[in-house]
Amino acid sequence: MAENKGILVYGELTNGKLAAITTELLGCGRKLADELKEELSCLLTSDAVEETSKEAIAFGADKVYTVEDALLKEYQSDSYMQAAEKLVNQTSPRVILMGQTSMGRDLAPRLAFRLGVGLSTDCLDLSIDPETKLLLQTRPVYGGNAQATFTCELMPQIVTVRSKAMSPIERDDSRKGEVIPTKVEIDTSKVRTKIVEKVKEEVTGIKLEDAPVIVCGGRGIGGPEPFKTTLKELADVLKGAVGASRPPADNGWVTEALHIGLTGKIVAPEVYIAIAISGASQHIAGCSGSKNIIAINKDPEANVFREAKFGVVGRYEEVVPAFTAKLKELLAG
Amino acid sequence: MPDINMLVCCKQVPDPEAPPASFKVDSAANKMTLPPDVKPVVGQYDEFAMEAALKIKDKIGGKITTLSLGNKLVRDVIKKTLAVGGDELILLEDETFEEGDSWSTAYALATAIKKIGEYDLIFCGRQSSDWDAGQVGLGIAELLGIPAVTLARKVEVTDGKAKIERVIPDGYEVVEATLPALITVTSELGALRYAALKGIMAAAKKQPIVWKPSDIGLEPSQVGAAGRRAKLTKLFQPVKEAKCEIIEGETPAEAAANLALKLRQAKIL
Repeated sequence: MAENKGILVYGELTNGKLAAITTELLGCGRKLADELKEELSCLLTSDAVEETSKEAIAFGADKVYTVEDALLKEYQSDSYMQAAEKLVNQTSPRVILMGQTSMGRDLAPRLAFRLGVGLSTDCLDLSIDPETKLLLQTRPVYGGNAQATFTCELMPQIVTVRSKAMSPIERDDSRKGEVIPTKVEIDTSKVRTKIVEKVKEEVTGIKLEDAPVIVCGGRGIGGPEPFKTTLKELADVLKGAVGASRPPADNGWVTEALHIGLTGKIVAPEVYIAIAISGASQHIAGCSGSKNIIAINKDPEANVFREAKFGVVGRYEEVVPAFTAKLKELLAG
Repeated sequence: MPDINMLVCCKQVPDPEAPPASFKVDSAANKMTLPPDVKPVVGQYDEFAMEAALKIKDKIGGKITTLSLGNKLVRDVIKKTLAVGGDELILLEDETFEEGDSWSTAYALATAIKKIGEYDLIFCGRQSSDWDAGQVGLGIAELLGIPAVTLARKVEVTDGKAKIERVIPDGYEVVEATLPALITVTSELGALRYAALKGIMAAAKKQPIVWKPSDIGLEPSQVGAAGRRAKLTKLFQPVKEAKCEIIEGETPAEAAANLALKLRQAKIL
């Protein structure tokens, strides 16, 4: 068997463009590839990827393998697996990087088990062990209460990476790279699941992942109303978005799309205002990348104060309206 | 269609809701240590998986067998799956099953499921509540060569097919899968029901079936720590600088106004 070489990023598209997570993976992959003095390639599978393959090169890829097929327009596990397995067998990479996304969560474990190799999901940090040249794969465990570093001697070494954990390199459209169109015959008889319908649950206003400021409420908010009033008013003043920890989502106070945490959205805004949130590790896992965490909680012992830069101890019903009013005044002046 | 056979994989974990300060790493042993007052529980996502199976049983009947892998499993904890309506409990229980990774765990479970032989639906939680990897369910499906659908928030069985609502970032998709299939379940499916007293009494009398590696045709070298494919090189807790500045005031409202001033001064807002 050929020696495994190079870093392969399995890229994703959002609305026909290279997804942010893919630019982050290419940034991280570029560093690893340079350290190993090997190539960085990117695999793109969809119905049309010509434009995105140029983007992938601009963000650091040396080679882009493209598989264009109408059957690959949207992620479907059994058909994507066929493309991934063929490309991996053909290119024998040393490392495969995927996003810890809807696709990566679903595809990476299948691929690892199909190939009989290890996998670390949701990695926060990746580096090369100078002695063994193995990939050191660091990920949170125990709901974010600890981190663990893994290695795997079986090739390829596969990981999924948390969004916003890595930085892209600066886009450079003059970078040169090679696009290699690849044909994969998708055997539809091996596609055992069928997506019969997609239902969008619209969230109005700014998307959580893009919001520079997030106002997030927890169990202590007590019901659905304050998310639409007290918290929304603060978010509006700051041109931010409202989010929630798990209990409000589980209780149906807000839609699941607003859930921030280990099993919800991972966000990293400039300012994260945590209101009536105790600060369970599973929640912090979703917001720890924020630049500034501000906590408002009536319990001075709440764990959230261990994560925050500034805090106020008090009932949110009293603190938040006064905070909103003062900010309104200051921002107007 | 005859009664369907459902399997649910459940893991016993230290209570993930325990206060963060109670999680301490023993770095010499690369192990998590928890004080004795942190009790073991059935993993929260595995509970949702159990509820998914129970909802199907409510509607169309069928048999639910739960499987759990580990060592020294606490009967009162794991028997919860019987108390809420499971029909049978199989434990893969032996010291050699300890310290496994996703690979060795999925391999042992898939091998046990092959021994069970008859199954239409296998349910797992979306991830364990301790290592959070989210691999074992998909691994079992891959090893058994059956389709898998992840992140289910609703599961129904009609006309010999499973119909699943799968959570995606901005909503959900409806997926149909041929049977047998494996489904991983997420929190939106809903919390596990409470056990009725009758169920608790019946569960107390029921004895689980216990299998060791040899009972499913595996060597000790293929399971647990010996069967790992990924090596744990370091378990640690990043040092946090506790440096929260608490903004004071005569009243909560004044503290809030002071916070606004502070954030403006610091050019944060």
